[in-house]
Amino acid sequence: MDWDFFVQQLVNGLTLGSVYALIALGYTMIYGILKLLNFAHGEVYMMGAFAGFGVLSIFGGAVGLTINALALIVLMLATAMLGSGLLGVAIERFAYRPLRNAPRIAPLISALGVSFFLQSSALLLFGADFRSYETYEYIDLASGIHWGPLNISVVRITVILTAVALMLGLTLLVGRTRLGKAMRATAFDREAAAMQGIDVDRVIVSTFFIGSALAGAAGVMVGLVFYKVYHLMGFIAGLKGFTAAVVGGIGSIPGAMLGGILIGLAEAFITGYVSSTFQDVFVFSILIVLLLVRPSGLLGKADIQKV
Amino acid sequence: MSADLPNPPEPAPDGPRIGVDEWVARHGERSGLRGGRFGPVIARLEQLPWWSLLAAAVIASALIPFLSESEYVIRVAVTTVLFALLALGLNVVVGWAGLLDLGFIAFYGFGAYLYALLSSDQFDLHFPALLSVAIVIVSSALLGLLLGLPSRRLLGDYLAIVTLFFAQIYVVLATNADRIKLPWNNGPTDFTGGPNGITDIDPISILGYEFDSIRSYLWLSLGVFTVVVVALQFVNHSRTGRAWRALREDPLAAELMSMPVNRLKLLAFMFGAATAGLTGTIFASVQLGIFPQNFDLPLLITVYAMVILGGAGSIPGVVIGAITINVSLELLRDPSNARLLFYLAIGLGLVALVRPWRKLAGIAGATILFGIVAYQLAEWLRPEWVSGTIEGGRFSDLLSGWVIHPVDATRLGNAGFILLIVALLALTEVRGRWRTFLLPPTLYLAVFVWENRLVAEPSVTRILLLGALLVVLMSWRPQGLLGTSRVEIV
Repeated sequence: MDWDFFVQQLVNGLTLGSVYALIALGYTMIYGILKLLNFAHGEVYMMGAFAGFGVLSIFGGAVGLTINALALIVLMLATAMLGSGLLGVAIERFAYRPLRNAPRIAPLISALGVSFFLQSSALLLFGADFRSYETYEYIDLASGIHWGPLNISVVRITVILTAVALMLGLTLLVGRTRLGKAMRATAFDREAAAMQGIDVDRVIVSTFFIGSALAGAAGVMVGLVFYKVYHLMGFIAGLKGFTAAVVGGIGSIPGAMLGGILIGLAEAFITGYVSSTFQDVFVFSILIVLLLVRPSGLLGKADIQKV
Repeated sequence: MSADLPNPPEPAPDGPRIGVDEWVARHGERSGLRGGRFGPVIARLEQLPWWSLLAAAVIASALIPFLSESEYVIRVAVTTVLFALLALGLNVVVGWAGLLDLGFIAFYGFGAYLYALLSSDQFDLHFPALLSVAIVIVSSALLGLLLGLPSRRLLGDYLAIVTLFFAQIYVVLATNADRIKLPWNNGPTDFTGGPNGITDIDPISILGYEFDSIRSYLWLSLGVFTVVVVALQFVNHSRTGRAWRALREDPLAAELMSMPVNRLKLLAFMFGAATAGLTGTIFASVQLGIFPQNFDLPLLITVYAMVILGGAGSIPGVVIGAITINVSLELLRDPSNARLLFYLAIGLGLVALVRPWRKLAGIAGATILFGIVAYQLAEWLRPEWVSGTIEGGRFSDLLSGWVIHPVDATRLGNAGFILLIVALLALTEVRGRWRTFLLPPTLYLAVFVWENRLVAEPSVTRILLLGALLVVLMSWRPQGLLGTSRVEIV
C-alpha cells in the first residue's frame, strides 16, 4: 500500500470535507427553520468565491499584491461572508417570504428560478472564463507540515483551521446565545415560538445571513485551495453540500459537519482509487442508497408527521 | 303548548346554510363570472368543446409551411411543438400529481440517445422506426418507474433533489460513456460518443414513407402532439386523473381515502417519462445528431417556465406557455426583434399595472424627460459615455439620442445591471408616492442595461429572464395564465 498516496487523499478529503460541511450547515439551518430546500445556496457560495476574487483584484491581483497575504485572506473571508450573507437575506426577502404560506412546491420552483438567475448574472458580470486565485503567487506552498508521509501545505492548514473555527463559533452561537435559543425554538415549532414572543421573521433573516455567510467563506476556501472560480461552480458544490446535509440528517448541525467530512473523504478516496470521471455518480449513489436505508440521516431524528 | 314553541328558523333559500362554507360553495359560481372587456369572450371560448380548440390549433399550425417558405420558421414551429410535448409531459408530473421532478430532461435525453443507438451507425443497428419508438417509450416508462421507486418514500423536497441528482448523473454518463471497459470486450466501448455526440441518425420512416424534410417533420410532430393531447385529456378525466389531483392537494388525505398513493406517484412518473422519451425520439430524428449539452439544465428551466407560465395543471395552459416562451426566446436571438419584444413587454406591463391612465401617461412622460436630461448631462460631463455603438435595427436612430451608450459598455452595463436589481428590489419595497417617483429612473436604467448589455448576449439573457420569470410568477400569480387558483381551506 502506498502510504504517501493514501495520506494525500486523506488530506484532500478533509479539505474538501470542511468545505462541504460549511455549505451543508447553511442547507441544514435553513431547512431546520423553514422546512425549505434552498436550491440557490450553491449559487450563494459561488458569489462568495467571486467576492473573494474581487478583493484580490482590488489589492493588486495575485502577482502585484500590495498587502500582507494573511491580511488578504482575512479580508477575503470577511468580504465574502458579508456579501454572501446579504445576498442570502435578499433572497429570503424577495423569493421566499412572499411564499411562506403557499403550497410546498411553490418556494422550490422559486428557488430554482433564483438559482438560475444568479448563475446567469454571474455569467453576465464575470464572463465564462475561469478565474484563478493563484494562491501560489503569494503563499509559499512548500511551507507547512512535512512529517513522514504527511504533507500538508500551509494553505490547507489555514482552510481546515478556519472551517473548524467557524463551526465552533456556530455551535456556540446556537447553543449559548439568545439568538441561538430563538433559532432552536423556531426550528422546533414556528407558531409556538411566535406565540412566546420570538420575532420569527428576525430569526429567519439571521439564519439566512449566517448560513449564507458560511457558504461565502466556503467559496473563498475553495478558491484558495483549488484556485479555480467560475460561474458554474455553485451547482455541483451545492448538490454535494446538500448530500452532506442529508447524510448527516437534515436539520441537525453536528450531522451536517459529520456528513460534510464523510462526503469529502468519500469523494477523495473514490477519485483516488476508483474513478476520477464518475466520482460524482458514486457520491450521489451513496445518497440515494442512504435515503432508502435510513431516510432521516445518520444523526437526524425520525420525523413524526402530525396532522 | 305547541304554539308557544318558536319555529326553527327557516334558512333563506339563497342565504347561508348550516354545514356549508359559503365561500367554498360559491367558489365555482364566482370564478364563472369574468369581468373586464374580454370576460365574455373568454367565457364563450371556455364553452367550446376541447377537441374543437385542439383541431383549430393543429390545423392552423399544419398550414404554416404553406404560409412561409422560410425553413427557419418551420424549424421554429417544430421545436415549439416539441416543447409543447415536453411541457405536457412535465405537466402530468408537476401540474397534476404535484411531484417536483427535476430529472425530467434526463428522460428526454434518454429517449433521444436510445433512439440514436437503435437507429444509427453507432452499433450498426438500424431498427425500423416504429419498433425503435415503441422500445424507447417502454424503456423510458420503465426508467421512470425505476426513478420513482426510491422516491416513493420521499417528501416533496427530497424527491426534487434526488431527481436533480438523476439528471446530473445522466449528463455525466452521456458525456463520459465513450470509453467504457466491458469485461467481455477488449478495449473500450463507445456508447454515447462522449462530447462529440452521435450523428447520422436515421430519419423516421413509417410504412415506407420517409420523413426527410422539415415540413414533413412538422406534420409528424403535430400528429404525435394530437395523439398525446387526446390521450392526456382522457387520462385527466379518468379515475386516475382525479386521484392525481387529490394526491397533489393533500397526499395524506388521499391515502386516508384509500387511494394507492405510491402507485399513483409511480404512474405519474411513468406517464411523464414516456412522453419525454417519445419527444426525444422526434428530436433525435429531426436534428440527425445529438450531443450531451442538448439535455442540460437550461432546458429544464425552460420547460418549467413554460408549465408555470401557462398554468400548471391545464392542458391548453401549458401549450400556450410553450408557444409563448419558445417564440419569445427565438425572437431574442435577433437584436432588432428582441428590442421590439422588450419595449412591448415593458409597455404591456405598465398598462396592466399602472392605473389610472393619467398616471401612466405621467410616468411615460417622466421617463422620456428623464432620459433626455440624463443624456444631455452625460454628453456635457463625459462625452465618451454617449459615443459608443448601439445595435442597429428598429428605433436605433431614435434610441441613440436618448439612451446613454458608453464606449466601455461592458463595464458600465454591469454596474447598471447591479444597480437595476437593487432598484427593482427597492421598487417592490416602497409604497405610494415613492414608487411613482422611483419608477421613471428604474425604467430608464432598465433600457440602459438592455441596450448596452443584455441585447448583445441573448444566450445569457434568456436564462436570466426565465429565472426572474419563475420567481416573479411564483409570488405574483402562481396559477400562471390559464391555471385555476388553488383554494386552501383550513
